[in-house]
Amino acid sequence: MADQDKEMTGADKVTIIVHSGDLDKIYSALIIANGALAMGMEASLFFTFWGLQRLKKGGLEKGPLSKMNMLGLGRWMVLRRMKAAKVASLEKLLADFKELDGKIIACSMTMEVMGIRKEDLRGELIDEYGAVGTYVQEARGSAINLFI
Amino acid sequence: MRLAEIKVDCRGQNCPLPLVETRKALKKAAPGDVVEVTGDHPASKKEIPMAVKALGLELLEVEGEEGGEWRIRIRR
Repeated sequence: MADQDKEMTGADKVTIIVHSGDLDKIYSALIIANGALAMGMEASLFFTFWGLQRLKKGGLEKGPLSKMNMLGLGRWMVLRRMKAAKVASLEKLLADFKELDGKIIACSMTMEVMGIRKEDLRGELIDEYGAVGTYVQEARGSAINLFI
Repeated sequence: MRLAEIKVDCRGQNCPLPLVETRKALKKAAPGDVVEVTGDHPASKKEIPMAVKALGLELLEVEGEEGGEWRIRIRR
């Protein structure tokens, strides 16, 4: 990050634990994180458990709806309405998040427990692989901490 | 040095894109450049100025009818 941008962002930070892999909750996490970056804060996303599945290659848009999924019918309807309302895709939101210097941490314990290898994940998006200590270091300096 | 005027068209875009596209344009701009954002997402008309203030930049102009298209000018 250039010095001039550091001046603009200040010290405020948002840290979000992305625990859910549900489509709607991944949307919530990415919208909040992008909003924070746009408003001059730093943002870190800690992907763990079901959330980490979404960082697998080809996995970002694959989550079910957290409610009324109805074997995918509810999900299909919500996606259709989102498209009509011109809501951005998750891929676009994730690309914007990285362009605005958002940080992504992948939970190494989840990788072990769920048998996810580094090569299964989209490594180009991941800034760090870490455990709870990494999260706490991020969170202690954050004005906003969320668990989604 | 010549100062640039950068135009961002956010018409038809929904939350959080107008904010994000504005921030991306400001990030690319050089100090002194003007970024002009056009859009019609109602909440962004008040939230972009909030972001400008948080970023410590200069809000030059906000214009547009209530609930219609708006134009916001910012100096980096």
